[in-house]
Amino acid sequence: MSKVTIHGIYDDDEQLKNGAIKIVGMGLHVKEVFSPFPVHGIDPIIGVKRTRLPICSFIYGVTGASLATWMMWYMMISDWPTEVGGKPNFNFLVNWPAFIPITFESTVLCAAHGMAITFFLRSWLMPGVTAKNPDPRTTDDKFLMLLEVNADDQAKVESVLRETGASEVNVK
Amino acid sequence: MHQESEIRKPLILGNKSYKDITDDIIRPVQGKANKWWWLVFTLSATTFLWGIICLCYTIGTGIGVWGSNNGVDWAWDITNFVWWIGIGHAGTLISAVLLLFRQKWRMAINRSAEAMTIFAVMCAAIFVTMHTGRPWLDYWLFPLPNQFGSLWINFNSPLVWDVFAVSTYFSVSLVFWYTGLIPDFATIRDRMTKPFAKKMYALMSFGWSGRAKDWTRFEEVSLVLAGLSTPLVFSVHSIVSTDFATALLPGWHATIFPPYFVAGAVFSGFAMVQTLILIMRKVFSLESYINLKHIEYMNIVIIITGTLVGVAYLTELFMSWYSGFEYEQYAFINRATGPYWWAYWSMMTCNVVSPQLFWFKKIRTSLIATFILSIVVNIGMWFERFVIIVPTLCRTYLPSTWNMYHPTFVDIGIFVGTIGMFFTFFLLFARFFPVIAQSELKSILKSSGSEWKKKGHNESEHH
Repeated sequence: MSKVTIHGIYDDDEQLKNGAIKIVGMGLHVKEVFSPFPVHGIDPIIGVKRTRLPICSFIYGVTGASLATWMMWYMMISDWPTEVGGKPNFNFLVNWPAFIPITFESTVLCAAHGMAITFFLRSWLMPGVTAKNPDPRTTDDKFLMLLEVNADDQAKVESVLRETGASEVNVK
Repeated sequence: MHQESEIRKPLILGNKSYKDITDDIIRPVQGKANKWWWLVFTLSATTFLWGIICLCYTIGTGIGVWGSNNGVDWAWDITNFVWWIGIGHAGTLISAVLLLFRQKWRMAINRSAEAMTIFAVMCAAIFVTMHTGRPWLDYWLFPLPNQFGSLWINFNSPLVWDVFAVSTYFSVSLVFWYTGLIPDFATIRDRMTKPFAKKMYALMSFGWSGRAKDWTRFEEVSLVLAGLSTPLVFSVHSIVSTDFATALLPGWHATIFPPYFVAGAVFSGFAMVQTLILIMRKVFSLESYINLKHIEYMNIVIIITGTLVGVAYLTELFMSWYSGFEYEQYAFINRATGPYWWAYWSMMTCNVVSPQLFWFKKIRTSLIATFILSIVVNIGMWFERFVIIVPTLCRTYLPSTWNMYHPTFVDIGIFVGTIGMFFTFFLLFARFFPVIAQSELKSILKSSGSEWKKKGHNESEHH
């Protein structure tokens, strides 16, 4: 059974969602959806799982906090404690409030950059990567639903797409 | 879908479609720069060059070419540093805090406001790195292992907190700004026909395709970065304020400083955003996207933060009297009546009086009044930092150490040079980057576009 690629191009995000609901209702899998802005509500319809990036960000943040805390304990309390302005520095607990600003900054630094780098790696966004959207108008004003279906289902799918308001249906 | 009441004024005027949004915002990037752009760019770049010359003179000859002296060891350098950092705070506030508060009106202005933050922090960094006197030793500010027995930095000092705070602020703002730009670069890439430009934007867009999962991740990253940037912006200027507050000088050693500085930063930042945006929207014909509602909302923020600053002034004055401490009392008598009284009263007029004018609807919806007052506010905020630093330092505890401060042409040259640098970078940004977050704006077209509101479109009609 040969597979055929179908592009369903919509002008409106609500129509795209209706189309996706019908296609998924037919038992078919929507391979990808390309849009010029995030279409809220499309994820549960086409089966996109919730992103775990915020969890990553939390882990990176905790790493940043730990790193900064350890660094300041080592440098100010353990390795070379110096008395500055008579401030108590004989153990970590008495000096700890002064370490808060840098610990906070380090948390934010590691959380933000760690998450951004993870995002770029997971979505494979790098300088030099070629874009995957099949139609350049999807970054302008068109919404594209990419389907890979068996040749038998092609006619049914095309009619569903047109019924739900697709302005163009292209078969590759 | 985001539901909005029909009686709210629309955020996008004119009968705009998604394609119109793309066309309007990409047009300045696709077209050629006009003669006004070239004129202002030449002016800014020349001023920037003069600033660089003054900087080279400073590094080559020594910090003695500045007007700073034994008593007034911080003067225009730190005034300018705090001024620029303060200006930068509006960008982060608009992008981060307004995102957390779900204020859709931020979408038309956040891109240029964040760009302003990046450039303002770069200008601030020049002062803080150059004022050390031996800038080639600035790496000593970082906790790097070394051959002095590994002499570490003093983590108890706000000056060291500043190093971490400002670098974190700069890098996180850059990441936030750039991540938001990626989908818009993709739009330009897909529209450009000139091969070199297409290649450049393709590189800058990192291969963005607009897939559903990528958009989900993008929104989540924006949300988390906003959540991280909000405490960051408050912490950075609080830390800058502790540069003064943890010192023992009368007039500096006050606990009001952190909230006072943060409010002041947002105040001057929004004023600078107004100045830039009023010009930009006219030049690029973006009045449908940045309309009177945006201008008015920003003026309301200026009222709030300006009032906070005014209340902080009153608090300082009250506490200095109530303390009964004659040195603290004198610090403020000196500010108002001493040799720099003219700076103090300029500050008071510009910062306390002018934002209160925005209570009048006629003034806060007038573009001319907004433009003039935004410049007045920025001048006032420069004087505020000057008044905090110079009059205090020229009259400290011991009268035999009292002296005056006069800026040299180098001080003035570097400051003017950073203004030139700021506008140079902003003009480059406006020429090559999309100045409005157009993909974000498209997402609110159906809920906040004027034609859509008229038709009464809402979610129920599509089911």
